[in-house]
Amino acid sequence: MSIMDYNGSAMVAMKGKNCVAIAADTRLSQQLCTISQNMQKVFKVNDRCLFGLAGLATDVATYSKELKMKTNMYKLTENRDIKASTFTDLVATSLYEKRFGPYFVVPVVAGLDDKGDGEYEPVIASYDYIGCKEQSYFACAGTSQSFLYGVCESFYKEDMNPDELFEAVSQSLLAAMDRDSLAGWGATVYVLTPTEIIVKNIKTRQD
Amino acid sequence: MSTDFSLTTFTEQGILPQVVYSLKAVDNGDNSIGIKAKNGVVIATEKSSTILVDEDSYHKVQNISDTIGCTYAGIGPDYYSVIKKARKDCLKYEQIYRDKISVYLLAKNLAELMQEYTQAGGRRPFGVSMLLAGIDHDGPRLYQVEPSGAFHSYKATALGKNSPNAENFLEKRYEDDLELEDAIQIALLTMKEGFEGEMNETNIEIGVVSTEDKNFRVLTQQEVKDYLKEAE
Repeated sequence: MSIMDYNGSAMVAMKGKNCVAIAADTRLSQQLCTISQNMQKVFKVNDRCLFGLAGLATDVATYSKELKMKTNMYKLTENRDIKASTFTDLVATSLYEKRFGPYFVVPVVAGLDDKGDGEYEPVIASYDYIGCKEQSYFACAGTSQSFLYGVCESFYKEDMNPDELFEAVSQSLLAAMDRDSLAGWGATVYVLTPTEIIVKNIKTRQD
Repeated sequence: MSTDFSLTTFTEQGILPQVVYSLKAVDNGDNSIGIKAKNGVVIATEKSSTILVDEDSYHKVQNISDTIGCTYAGIGPDYYSVIKKARKDCLKYEQIYRDKISVYLLAKNLAELMQEYTQAGGRRPFGVSMLLAGIDHDGPRLYQVEPSGAFHSYKATALGKNSPNAENFLEKRYEDDLELEDAIQIALLTMKEGFEGEMNETNIEIGVVSTEDKNFRVLTQQEVKDYLKEAE
C-alpha cells in the first residue's frame, strides 16, 4: 500500500464562468477504519483563493499550516492579498523545496484572478507531491482520483454559472465516492464567486 | 572616546557620524533626478568623468529586472554591489512566485541591506542613495533608498551636488497628471540647471519605463540627443 492511500479522500475542483468550485469528502480514516466524519480538507487563503489537500492526514495538517504561514507573511510584506495564480506557483515551489523529504500531499488550488472591469479568470491547479503543477478545466485528487477523472469529463461543461457548477462538482464527487470505500461519509462543496464563498454540506451515503 | 571601538556608534548628541558622512558622500556625487509621470517614470543622471575616460564603457542607469531600473548618486563601486544584491532579489522572488517583484518590496529589501550596514560590526554604510523606477501592480513607482536605510516613494526627487536647487526647480514644475514625455523634458531642464559645461548625449544618461510595455529601458545616445534638441 502506498502512503498516499493510508488516509482516504476525494477531492475535486472545477472552473466555471467567473466562478470556481472545490469540493472534498469529510472522512478521516486509517485505511478501512473510520476515525472521524468531520475532517476539514479545504482551506481558505483569502476571499479569492481556496486550496484542498489530499493525501497523508498528518501532512495535510502540517502543510496547510505552512501554507497559511507563507500567505500570511506574503500579506504582511507586500501589503496585499496573494493572487490565486501567484499562490499556485508558491505551492509548487514550496513543495519542491522538500524534494528529498516531501510532504505526502496532493494539493488542489481553486481561485479567481481579478482581470479588471468586473471580469475574473478562474484558476485551477493540481500537483504531484513534489510540486509539478498541472492546470486544466478541472482537477482531481485523493484515493478517488481515478474515478473522479471519468465522471468529471462527462459532467464538465464550458462557462457554467455558480449553480450549474455546484451541481456538476457535487454529482462528480458523489459518483466517485460511491466507487471508493476509503472516501465519503459526508462532503463539503465550496463555490467561489467574485462576491461570496458559498459553502454547502451535501448529503452522502453513510456506509 | 566611546566611538573608538566601533565605526557605527551613537555620539552623545544621538548622531551616527558614519551615516551622516555617507549622506555627505551622496551630496558630493553627480546629480541624479527622478520624476514619476501618470504613465511612467523617468530617471536621469550626470556622467562626469575626465575627458580621457571612454563614456560608452559604463552605464550609470541600469536595469535591475525587465520592469525596474535604477541610478544613484554617490560612490560608484558601492552602487555595483547594491545592484548585484537587487538583481539577485528580483530573480529569487521570480523563482518563488513566477511574478514580478513590486518596486516597493525591492526598495524595502535594499533598505534592509543599507540599514544592516549602519549597525553591523566591521562594516561601513554604503555611500550611495539609490533611485528605483518601475511599474508594478500599483502603477508607476519611484523610490529613493538612502544609506541610513530610509526609503520613500517620490513624485519627483533629486540627488547629488545640485540637489537643493534641483528639488526647488522640481517643486515648481511638477504636476500630478504629467505625461511621460513632459516628465523627460522636465528632467532635462532640471539637469541643465547648474550643469557644469555643455550637456550632451555622452555626459548624461536617461532611463524610462512606461505603463504601455512596462519595460525599463536605458535610452540610446541618439534618443538622448533627440530629447536634448527638443529641450532647447
